[in-house]
Amino acid sequence: MTTHQRSFRAATGRIEANHVSIRLGRGSSAFEAVSDASFEVSPGEFVCLLGPSGCGKSTLLGALAGHIKPAAGVLSVDGQPVKDPHPERGIVFQHHTLFPWKNARDNVAFGLKMRGVKRGQRRLEAEKMLDLVGLNGFSGRYPGQLSGGMQQRVEIARVLVNQPRLLLMDEPFGALDALTRLRMQELLLDIWEQFRKTILFVTHDIDEALLLADRIIVMQAQPGRIHEEITVPFERPRMTEIIASGEFMRLKQHCLHLLHSDRRGDTLPRLSPLGL
Amino acid sequence: MTRFHLGRWLRRAGSLAICLILWQMASSLRLNLGIVTFENVSLPADVVSAALDFLRSPKFFAHISSSLERVLAGFGIAAVVGIGLGLVIGRSRWLGDFLQAPLELLRPIPAVAWIPLAVLMFSSSELSMIFITFTGALFPILLNTVHGVESVDPRLIASARSLGSTRTAMLLEVIIPGAAPNIVTGLVIGMGTSWFCLVTAEMISGQFGIGYYTWESYTLQNYPEIIVGMILIGLFGMGSSALLRAAGAALLPWHTKDSK
Repeated sequence: MTTHQRSFRAATGRIEANHVSIRLGRGSSAFEAVSDASFEVSPGEFVCLLGPSGCGKSTLLGALAGHIKPAAGVLSVDGQPVKDPHPERGIVFQHHTLFPWKNARDNVAFGLKMRGVKRGQRRLEAEKMLDLVGLNGFSGRYPGQLSGGMQQRVEIARVLVNQPRLLLMDEPFGALDALTRLRMQELLLDIWEQFRKTILFVTHDIDEALLLADRIIVMQAQPGRIHEEITVPFERPRMTEIIASGEFMRLKQHCLHLLHSDRRGDTLPRLSPLGL
Repeated sequence: MTRFHLGRWLRRAGSLAICLILWQMASSLRLNLGIVTFENVSLPADVVSAALDFLRSPKFFAHISSSLERVLAGFGIAAVVGIGLGLVIGRSRWLGDFLQAPLELLRPIPAVAWIPLAVLMFSSSELSMIFITFTGALFPILLNTVHGVESVDPRLIASARSLGSTRTAMLLEVIIPGAAPNIVTGLVIGMGTSWFCLVTAEMISGQFGIGYYTWESYTLQNYPEIIVGMILIGLFGMGSSALLRAAGAALLPWHTKDSK
């Protein structure tokens, strides 16, 4: 099964952003969170949005998920303009978005239930997905009984079970300790190698972006905008050892420089990226 | 673990015993503090014997069952109306604004103040009594439900929408379970206030009910019986709230496990 999927190259999951501007807040406190952003992501590509807090990276992700409407410009996936939230564009947040009243299996099976899949079938598929993210034997646990890393694994399984065109990830490992975070990054790469879904991954961690992405879109704050795109040249599958390589250091220096040249973002009020 | 529990029970029993001793002393010494006097407060022993008489009397069952029926009917209607309205108000800003003024105005009106109007509005005294217990339970249930709905994490709602949730599923699988702990709290408090309003309600009554029994005992100068009625109301209120809390904990296993 794995080899079959490895040979399969994704044909869906192309993202196009055309002069997208997004405004957040109401009335006099409204401001432009994203200003005139244009970029493209190819099917099956792994792209990181890197930037300081307040640069609009999460807002852009929320708009792609369909939770926020751009004030101007067009966001489209496979040629279809994004209008509303849809399971084809699965989103994973930083933490605490599993349903606390459903056990791991029922959390994963939620999307299937919404599609009208029969109980037996959806349980089977949910269990399979939980196995895939390494949670064999934890399907009966409630989120409150799982560690932070395990909860993020359930989140990923819950989105993957819907066979989305894209995976939108909003600092999904931001709340985890360093070691768990490293394991999760490896797991995500492993899953991505198997399924080749398009992934758009928001982070403010340069190491994480360099380790994961094919390409990094660096953003700046006030107003949030795209600053530069960096192609990450490392071979796949990637080993964590590349962190010590000269090329990695050089790219990291470059990213640091880009982020440091942008010091005005500190004064921006921290708003919920979904505008909720 | 067991020692800890034993200690807790001893502490609880101890505090009850102290209350009883203070009561015994105050009433047997006919304590008169000027502004408050215990001269007409019966001795605990008299209350116990009055309680035993009441337990044996043929009217006991009629008193208890008519009070239980009223409280359960009033509380049941309040639960349905309170949870239903609360869900709607919590989900719709428009309806919330629309209903806020009348609800805020009605909320502080105490049960006693409703008596005349209740008598005038309802065709039978039974219905007006149920209405009084209903007014007591409605607001705690309504307000806690609204609060519960509003405090459901918006990211949970966003996640559910991204996972393809329908409107019905959003209500049944996200909003109601998310608000459930608050709803249970509202029901527990509402059950208490429902009993709280019982004496008020049964002032209307001419025959049966613990509240009526308490009030009648006062007019007939049966002083020990007043306290028997009061204690019965307290016991029933406490018991029914405890039952609800236990039912809530059983229905929301994730909530209790979560908090450990």
